[in-house]
Amino acid sequence: MTAAPQPGAAGFLARYQGLKDHLPGARLPWLAALRADAAAHVAARGFPTRRVEAWKYTDLSPVAQAGFAEPLTAVAGALTLPKPRCAARAVFVDGRFRADLSALDGLAYCAASVAKHLNALEGMLGALAPLSEHPMTALNMLMFEDGLFLDVPAGVDAGHLELLSIAVDPGRPFAFHPRHVIRLGAGSKLTLLESAIGGSAQYLHNPVFEIDLAEGAVLTHGRAQQEGEGAFHLSMIHARIAAEARYDTMAVSAGARLTRMEIHAALIGPKASCHMNSAQLAAGRAVVDTTTALDHAAPDCASRQTCKTVLAGQSRGVFQGKILVRREAQKTDGYQMNQALLLSEDAEMDSKPQLEIYADDVKCSHGATIGALDADSLFYLRSRGVPADQARSMLVQAFLHEAFEGLEDDTLREALTAAVDGWWVRHGTAS
Amino acid sequence: MPAVTETIETVQAVTDSTYKWGFETDIEMEFAPKGLSEDIVRFISAKKEEPAWLLEWRLRAFAAWQKMEEPRWPSVKYPPIDYQDAYFYAAPKQKVGPKSLDEVDPELLRTYEKLGIPLREQAILAGVEGAGETPADSRMPIAVDAVFDSVSVATTFKDRLEKDGIIFCPISEAVKTHPELVQKYLGSVVPQGDNFFAALNSAVFTDGSFVYIPKGVRCPMELSTYFRINAKSTGQFERTLIIADAGSHVSYLEGCTAPMRDENQLHAAVVELVAMDDATIKYSTVQNWYPGDAEGKGGIYNFVTKRGACRGARSKISWTQVETGSAITWKYPSCILQGEDSVGEFYSVAITNNYQQADTGTKMFHIGPRTKSTIVSKGISAGHGQNTYRGLVRIGAKATGARNFTQCDSLLIGDLCGAHTVPYIENRCLSAKVEHEATTSRIAEDQLFYCRQRGLSQEDAVGLIVNGFCREVLKELPMEFAVEAQKLLQISLEGSVG
Repeated sequence: MTAAPQPGAAGFLARYQGLKDHLPGARLPWLAALRADAAAHVAARGFPTRRVEAWKYTDLSPVAQAGFAEPLTAVAGALTLPKPRCAARAVFVDGRFRADLSALDGLAYCAASVAKHLNALEGMLGALAPLSEHPMTALNMLMFEDGLFLDVPAGVDAGHLELLSIAVDPGRPFAFHPRHVIRLGAGSKLTLLESAIGGSAQYLHNPVFEIDLAEGAVLTHGRAQQEGEGAFHLSMIHARIAAEARYDTMAVSAGARLTRMEIHAALIGPKASCHMNSAQLAAGRAVVDTTTALDHAAPDCASRQTCKTVLAGQSRGVFQGKILVRREAQKTDGYQMNQALLLSEDAEMDSKPQLEIYADDVKCSHGATIGALDADSLFYLRSRGVPADQARSMLVQAFLHEAFEGLEDDTLREALTAAVDGWWVRHGTAS
Repeated sequence: MPAVTETIETVQAVTDSTYKWGFETDIEMEFAPKGLSEDIVRFISAKKEEPAWLLEWRLRAFAAWQKMEEPRWPSVKYPPIDYQDAYFYAAPKQKVGPKSLDEVDPELLRTYEKLGIPLREQAILAGVEGAGETPADSRMPIAVDAVFDSVSVATTFKDRLEKDGIIFCPISEAVKTHPELVQKYLGSVVPQGDNFFAALNSAVFTDGSFVYIPKGVRCPMELSTYFRINAKSTGQFERTLIIADAGSHVSYLEGCTAPMRDENQLHAAVVELVAMDDATIKYSTVQNWYPGDAEGKGGIYNFVTKRGACRGARSKISWTQVETGSAITWKYPSCILQGEDSVGEFYSVAITNNYQQADTGTKMFHIGPRTKSTIVSKGISAGHGQNTYRGLVRIGAKATGARNFTQCDSLLIGDLCGAHTVPYIENRCLSAKVEHEATTSRIAEDQLFYCRQRGLSQEDAVGLIVNGFCREVLKELPMEFAVEAQKLLQISLEGSVG
């Protein structure tokens, strides 16, 4: 057994120094420069504290205090994978692409390991995810080993693809930082189902997605986060959405002890649109955080967002959603709703919706509610003979249901519903 | 869209000629030396003949202030303030403590007459032209405390109020006549080191009003303070303290204006309210400091800390504000809802035109059980104005059955302005219910079309719609003020809507 790894930013920097010649792309000057830049950011800023406005409600100190090792060698031995939900499937174990477990043959587009395609990614990798504002993105750039590279040519309907991340318990805390690069050509289409599962060990899963949608491209992105109980899941999506393109994301956050799913989406061409729905569920002492920033930078764009939070036990929920409407983004239609349901005396919800508007011909609104289950509704169901547990379950399901409205894809719907149901079975009745 | 073009053109046509309160009174003044130091704090304290405890209190605030940094988080931009280049004390030269209005400098009386503020007791508040058309005796009298730069120059109806045991006087007088009350409550809601500007105020505050309503008394008239900045290169740092004892009721109004100048002047006030069991305090502000000219030159920096504590059960504090003036407004009138079943309210209209900036809102701290709060905020941005609503609703774990409703609406007139909403909502109580909604839009073409089709001119139509937009807030103002506020809204947006 080796000595416990050094905690905090210093620990990551020390391990980076030891690893940097072995990290993929170590001999590519452009990537080495990006990593060096990231090292400077991590060294200067470290982990954000709650004094940093963007992290006011989510305390990263458990992450900063833990010492993580990087999983140096691929885990051998048989893995039991969940049944595939799509024919095409990319599997990552501890953040590394596993061709042997994936099914990517005969696709009409490129779906492959980032580590193996670094030569083709110059100018693309890192282009959408700035290091300066987001400490976890800088950490990702510093340490990433692999990720999924998706490149769908113009006009291609790519169908469904499953992106599965599995964390295998190596018996000590470990961290992985996949970097996924997704590019959809003009008029192309893809439905992506992203799932994250893991064992009960303490680990940090810190993925960064860079998503670039050309004119008229449509990406539907379902996300089922069911990490293990000791996990820290801190994901970041940077999406750039061109004219008439559409980015729809529907996320369920139902695992991990600390989750932050952050999305920064920019609508850069006329009539682009973005839907960002999420359902976040927490019990015990878990913390769930949905943080989004929507940048309306072109006219006639629309954005819709519904975030539902259900909190049991001593859990904490956070919603931070910002809509920025730039001067040129006339005729913007922006809507944001976040609602939280408290199921226990000790749960806490903190919510910060935010509008920043510089154009006058816009229609923007946001709403927020926080409260307990409606006593009248419960009474109504019970008076009709529904047992208390079941009545509560029905009301919670109904509450969450709105987050999935407009989700037409059956595969995604089934996967996301299963994630919600799984959480309810584990935590619903106990709360 | 001719309607929109017209509106934008008229926004550009706004000139500073619309600020009617921009004159300067030529009166002999007494200043403290320029700059800020411990000596200046001692100078102010000595000038006010204050007891030792208050000097100590000020010095502690000053020490705290020196260690603090000016906040940079509000969405407002301004060049650094040179605190050494301003006078922290400026008072009109006059006999010490005038016994009656006859002893007050006639030039001062004329100033207030010009502003429409009656210092003669038979008169009433005649805020704007036309408001005085009703016979004076048919309306409620209003007691006025007039603060001119750093000192209170007159307080009316004191004798009448004393009959009910109500204390209404300048705070510097209260320090001498009712030291036990001042010492007990001063800084009890806004502590000296609360924030940068509150600490500055605590160190150098010069005057302001003190109100004490005894148990069970319903104040027979509206109380009001009128703040006037007159001297150049001064800041105004007033401090208001209102205590409503058990079962009492008071409605208090505050108004303010300043001369038109190219320089920016700082106004950093602190207002503390304390409401005991079953007491109600209604605090209304019509803030009309000089907003600067059409190019954004000059105007007041209005950096104010206002906070009320609902200490008693079933107490209520209601803030209503109409913010039309100031180059920059930075204030969050707040309520600490400690007493069970206590109620906090915040009604606000904030207008930013030309280059004005406002970052305003409220904080509601729900501590006691069954506490309720309502927030209604209406922001209007025109010209290059930037308007931010920033608010906090915090429900503590013991605030069972607490309830909050928040509504913030923004209206944009022209495409060079900005409207922002930054609410913070924190709920730690299962049985509490919090609702927040916000909208941002411009005046709808169909609303305009509807009005114009019925024969209203473009300007009248916009005026009508804006008044409707603000109605929920304006109806909370005492009647006299509501009339003034409506006219002010129109004047503030003159050219752009009115």
